[in-house]
Amino acid sequence: MRRDQSVRLEPGDADTAPGPESPVAYGLDTRRVSASALRRFGDLYLQEMVIAVVALAMILFFTVDSPDFFTTSNAAALASFIAPIAFFALAEVPILILGEIDLSVGEVYVLSPFLVEHLNNAGTPVPLAIVFTMALCAVIGWVNGLITVKLHLPSFITTLGMTFALEGIILIGSNGAPANPVGDGTLALVLGGGVWAEAYWAVGVMTILFVMLRRTSFGLHIIAVGGNAESSKESGLKVDSIKIWCFVLCSFVGGLIGILDGYHIGSIDPDTPGLTFMFYGVAAAVIGGTALTGGRGTMIGAAIGAIALGTLEDGFHVISVSSFAYDLILGIAILITMFLNVQIERATIRGAGRGSVARLIGFIFNRRKEPVRR
Amino acid sequence: MMPRTEVTDRSDVEDMLRIEEISMSFGAVTVLRNVNLHLRRGEILGLVGDNGAGKSTLVKIITGYHKPDGGRVYLDGEEVRLRSVQDGREHGIETVFQDLALVNELSVFHNLFLNREHTGGGWFKLLRNKSMRAAARRCLDEMAVDIPSIDVPVAKLSGGQRQAIAVARATRQKDIKILLLDEPLAAMGAKETALIINLIKGLCRSTGISVIIIDHNYAHLFDICDRINVIQQGQVTLDADLSEISLEELIELMVQSRRCELSKYLPGDQVSAETVINPQANGGSR
Repeated sequence: MRRDQSVRLEPGDADTAPGPESPVAYGLDTRRVSASALRRFGDLYLQEMVIAVVALAMILFFTVDSPDFFTTSNAAALASFIAPIAFFALAEVPILILGEIDLSVGEVYVLSPFLVEHLNNAGTPVPLAIVFTMALCAVIGWVNGLITVKLHLPSFITTLGMTFALEGIILIGSNGAPANPVGDGTLALVLGGGVWAEAYWAVGVMTILFVMLRRTSFGLHIIAVGGNAESSKESGLKVDSIKIWCFVLCSFVGGLIGILDGYHIGSIDPDTPGLTFMFYGVAAAVIGGTALTGGRGTMIGAAIGAIALGTLEDGFHVISVSSFAYDLILGIAILITMFLNVQIERATIRGAGRGSVARLIGFIFNRRKEPVRR
Repeated sequence: MMPRTEVTDRSDVEDMLRIEEISMSFGAVTVLRNVNLHLRRGEILGLVGDNGAGKSTLVKIITGYHKPDGGRVYLDGEEVRLRSVQDGREHGIETVFQDLALVNELSVFHNLFLNREHTGGGWFKLLRNKSMRAAARRCLDEMAVDIPSIDVPVAKLSGGQRQAIAVARATRQKDIKILLLDEPLAAMGAKETALIINLIKGLCRSTGISVIIIDHNYAHLFDICDRINVIQQGQVTLDADLSEISLEELIELMVQSRRCELSKYLPGDQVSAETVINPQANGGSR
């Protein structure tokens, strides 16, 4: 059959385009661009790398500025600055990825050493008291999750209420007296009494949570629910139970930090500002690339963020800058990273409007990534 | 064009899916009123209706996403009460949702395997990404879906590519009995559409699965379906085999009902069909 040359060729015509059986038919992209491992790494960990460079730069600065910074004795101090921030950050990351927040974890942290002491006074052996305490902390998280998910309260409100309730319980229970961790010997040494114990725990917990988030199906489901809860539900995920488990995990880790810090410091005041500690953790997570809007976050990033904040705090102590300035710099750092966060998101997600910084970042990292479209 | 699928006499075959007296409301809004619908084995059923008629809600009930306020669902002659999408999947019901149910932040292969990950390590459920990557690559190659890389987040893909992935995810399953497609062709070009239509027809012929498809392009439906049901204001108002109705009649029917609908709100005795809807836009010429 002859075709009149003046007839406009339809998209399906054999002479202009491959037939439907050709693999090319589907894609708008004819060149199969394979993402190299390096680029994939760059895609995933761009923000983490940026903050790692910042942390290294700070370490370099303090080392050059003061001979006391890069010393063995300061290393232990540095670790005790970083570890608690890292713990709180790690605990919050799954919750933040879900687009929720747990304000009460700081108060759970204060509560747990009091619970251990209280249970011990009531005649429970120390190891058993610790196990009970951890279980109770997990239950607090479960209640947080249950209220948030089943009663549809925003987690901010749920956990804010829980924060004050726990604070009240601690003050009533302790009558204002500080908690002195019970038990000694190996147990106390392992549970934070040893100089490096807390740091080892932090690395251990980070490793476990890293594997959980990146390498297990539970971790994948957390990111899926955080990215799009509706789609996750349509894919058959149990959105509610995933959220509740994340709250349980967060409170559990919170209880662990409390016990470790109790042994590490030697005594915990009932009016310890749990909220502030919790927010240091959130700050570290956010600086490390976790999106407060959900869907994005890594344990590595949170740990690096904690290292950056801990280094800053310790460095200021070493070079004797007023610790007041620390808060100022922390505030500015959060604002700058949040700004970059938004810009990077725009740069990496196609279709979203691009800001000037995003264009710059895109220019540096994305040059050949956009597939050629016809 | 593709040859029309032959409508064979299946009256002696039991229904694959039958729903009776299904009703559903969200708060004060009643979406479905006593809907009856049946789907024969190996049949492709087209669902037609205006926006808000209740098509997607019906699909979401069949798939297990919504629990209906009343009514019964029979699968293979047995009454079932699906509690979740996962429950539906276990009964062999696969769905391509209108919003595609993809997570933008996850890579293509993780989306393909969402909630069906290949895992090892027993209780810990460690992801076996290598095995998933290989399977995803194989699946997409078989379906001739071309994407830049299976490692990119789906946020970076075009609408047609995303839709192809959602269809691939549903049709990939081995134990599938019923396939529900909620506007699977909406964002696709002509070639991709032809491919998907071929795929669905092929699936039906080779595996004997039953399909319900929602589409606003009636020409597509006439190309692919054995039977058409029209849903209007939460009720099935027409159930016709393809031999009993023509494309023109269907378009006329839909336009008529819209005209009636509009005449309630607009002053004057009649609204012309042209101002309400352009039949060409909906049907095209065949």
